[in-house]
Amino acid sequence: MNVRLLYKEGVLTAKVNGEVDHHSAAEIRESIDETSQKLKPYCLKIDFSEVPFMDSSGIGLILGRVKLYKLWKGHVVVSGLTGSLNKMVELSGIGSVAVIEKEVG
Amino acid sequence: MLKPVNKAEINFPSNSVNEGFARAVVSSFLAQLDPTVADLTDIKTAVSEAVTNAVVHGYRDTIGTVYITIKIFENGRAVVRVRDRGCGIPDIKQAMEPLFTTGGDERAGLGFAVMQSFCDGVKVSSKEGRGTSVTLTKFFAKKE
Repeated sequence: MNVRLLYKEGVLTAKVNGEVDHHSAAEIRESIDETSQKLKPYCLKIDFSEVPFMDSSGIGLILGRVKLYKLWKGHVVVSGLTGSLNKMVELSGIGSVAVIEKEVG
Repeated sequence: MLKPVNKAEINFPSNSVNEGFARAVVSSFLAQLDPTVADLTDIKTAVSEAVTNAVVHGYRDTIGTVYITIKIFENGRAVVRVRDRGCGIPDIKQAMEPLFTTGGDERAGLGFAVMQSFCDGVKVSSKEGRGTSVTLTKFFAKKE
């Protein structure tokens, strides 16, 4: 499994593992959506700190969850972005619909 | 016409599981240029986008063969061509516009924008019903 889910007080944290591309995004999406639709958390936090590589499928993954969480007025936070993932996120402009949490220190 | 100093060719069926294989092959072949991690990640990302296009769009409802040619020239120039014999792109200009996608809700429509931003050159040629060829060029500076 390339995603671990943790639910606490209305926040669902999805810790993604490994490379994110069109192939792996499908499984990650299904897993997040199944739990999200059951619990309808007000916030989804996607943690990319264990993702060494991501192509634009990762942006599609974030965008799709933003749309899903809008259904119950929830929101999406993205965290743990390192070097090349930052470049992708900045290029995409996804920061206008999701909260990008910058690493401290 | 300049001759490449080294060259590799691979082809594989358009199963999505091969997307990771494709970018791993390209990145290990280009390792001989002694590239920086950032440059190598850039070309890996661009290749991943091009191969995903072939899988998702070129061979939309079928499985076909994806062909990749990697060429290394003098002065650290690398050219990677990703080709499919799929459905082709009717309007290349429109397909290359950021956020344009026919891939549905889960696709960001960023493939070509990423290729352009992560490479030094992107050339697309396509013929409806015949397939698409994407040529990525990147210059690799030697590590300091």
